[in-house]
Amino acid sequence: MEKSRITTTTNSMTILTVLNKDNFKIEKEQDVVPFRNRVKEHAVKIGMGLVNQTKLITAASELVRNMLRYANGGEILIEVVSKIRENGIRLTFTDRGPGIENVERAMTDGFSTGKSLGLGLPGAKRLSSEFTINSVVGKGTIVTIIKWKNG
Amino acid sequence: MKIEISKMLQKKKKQILDLWMKNQLKDANLREDLMSNDELRIQSEELVDALLKKLTDENLADIESADFENVYEILSGISITRARQGFSPRETGTFVFSLKDALFETLQQELKSDPVALYDATMKVNKLIDSFGIVTFETFIKGREEVILRQTDEITEISTPVIRVWDGILALPIIGTLDSARTQVVMESLLQEIVNTSSSIAILDISGVPAVDSLVAQHLIKTVSATRLMGAECIISGIRPEIAQTVVHLGIDLSNVITKSSLSSALKHAFSVLQLEVRKKQKENYSLKNM
Amino acid sequence: MEKIPILKMGQFLLVTIQVDLYDRLALNLESDLVQMVSTTEARGVLIDISAVSIVDSFMGRIIGNIASMSKIMDAVTVVVGMQPAVAITLIELGLPLSGVHTALNVEKGMELLKNKILVNGEVPDYDDDEQYDNLDGTE
Repeated sequence: MEKSRITTTTNSMTILTVLNKDNFKIEKEQDVVPFRNRVKEHAVKIGMGLVNQTKLITAASELVRNMLRYANGGEILIEVVSKIRENGIRLTFTDRGPGIENVERAMTDGFSTGKSLGLGLPGAKRLSSEFTINSVVGKGTIVTIIKWKNG
Repeated sequence: MKIEISKMLQKKKKQILDLWMKNQLKDANLREDLMSNDELRIQSEELVDALLKKLTDENLADIESADFENVYEILSGISITRARQGFSPRETGTFVFSLKDALFETLQQELKSDPVALYDATMKVNKLIDSFGIVTFETFIKGREEVILRQTDEITEISTPVIRVWDGILALPIIGTLDSARTQVVMESLLQEIVNTSSSIAILDISGVPAVDSLVAQHLIKTVSATRLMGAECIISGIRPEIAQTVVHLGIDLSNVITKSSLSSALKHAFSVLQLEVRKKQKENYSLKNM
Repeated sequence: MEKIPILKMGQFLLVTIQVDLYDRLALNLESDLVQMVSTTEARGVLIDISAVSIVDSFMGRIIGNIASMSKIMDAVTVVVGMQPAVAITLIELGLPLSGVHTALNVEKGMELLKNKILVNGEVPDYDDDEQYDNLDGTE
């Protein structure tokens, strides 16, 4: 069995319906801005307000940067999801990088193994409505965030 | 010979409807004030129509059948309108369940001679109408929830008036508890108004906030910091003595925030920052006359 | 290669960021700007981000860097025109940009720069008199 460290943080276990799917590959730094624009398009389409849009895109930007810095890129699944009466955007970031050795420590403000501010993961979590991270050392990391239209 | 229950019920449609109407009309709790008898008849007829049209002996036993989609739709429609019109849940429930009586009565008349078939048909109809009842309740509650949600939106909207008290000075009196959803609205409207009026000072008055705990304080500090990022200064006013007490007891650090006890002292501070002076006007004419 | 233009106005440098920056562009801006502060001996740097819709921790760090670097070269940095949504997001992200001066718009930013430099005890002399006519009026 693979030795893995898994941290899951979700607010609710409600069943989600996926309304729309979209894949995006990140290979180089220049992909970041087009990716952000794609996320914005979807957010605008479901009528998300400007502030929540900005929070979602900023969180996405942090996570994409992590993917580029530590795993040389990866793939992102952009989904429009719906729960009882609310719509939202779910982003799933999948990379085949080195993985995170200590997820708990990576989720603390100001911790960074690179030369950054160490706000990426904890900041992205604060900006999202729901946040899940799942990392296996040597295999890669999957981060999923959801931002509800009104949350 | 096996009797086809659905065919039989379809033939007796008129009778079922009449029985149902009779049941409803003799109910002492009939709300004639909310709905006329004619309207009630139209509503009832629509439902019976839709139900009997799709009813077969197969789907009678299958409440999940897609054939009933239309029926569920009509039920939801009726239920939601009733919720909005102010019917009570009991009244709305009785509406659906009284159909059961009408159906049973008809079944009994037709299947008098065959108790086994009667029992079987009764059980099936019972199940079906129960399921209709559940749908009715679900949509009834949903209708009510929509009303609540709409009101919540309205309250949030009216509860954050940003006032332009002076050229370059905005004030925002907060009334009620400050939770994170509310802080978001407060922040958004305050910052937007700062941009619109290019005001450099904003006063958040919390005299109307019943209690300040560490969470509320955190929300306030966030608002102040966001205002600063925009390039404006944010003053918090209306700190009542008991609020000052709790803030200190809880160990909340407000030292980076300009706080004033009243709106007027906050305004005074704002004037001095903007290098404005408010003076009592000299009554020149009057003094001249007296000289 | 794309470049963010840096305008010189008297003793100040003015940068208007009109596009969403990708990392290389932002890093170039940082080095160009510090270079310009040095060659022009500028006393103030004004960065207008009113057209920027996303500031993440990387961009925030660049802005902070520019401010700190300018400071040790004796220039004041003012960031102007941040959008409300950006400000709210930065606070939630945990990045209050505490070392950076801010102003609502370019005009107020200029005023702030002038005041900051005056407080430092020097009256800056300007190449362009007309532009700064109201300087005497404010004191």
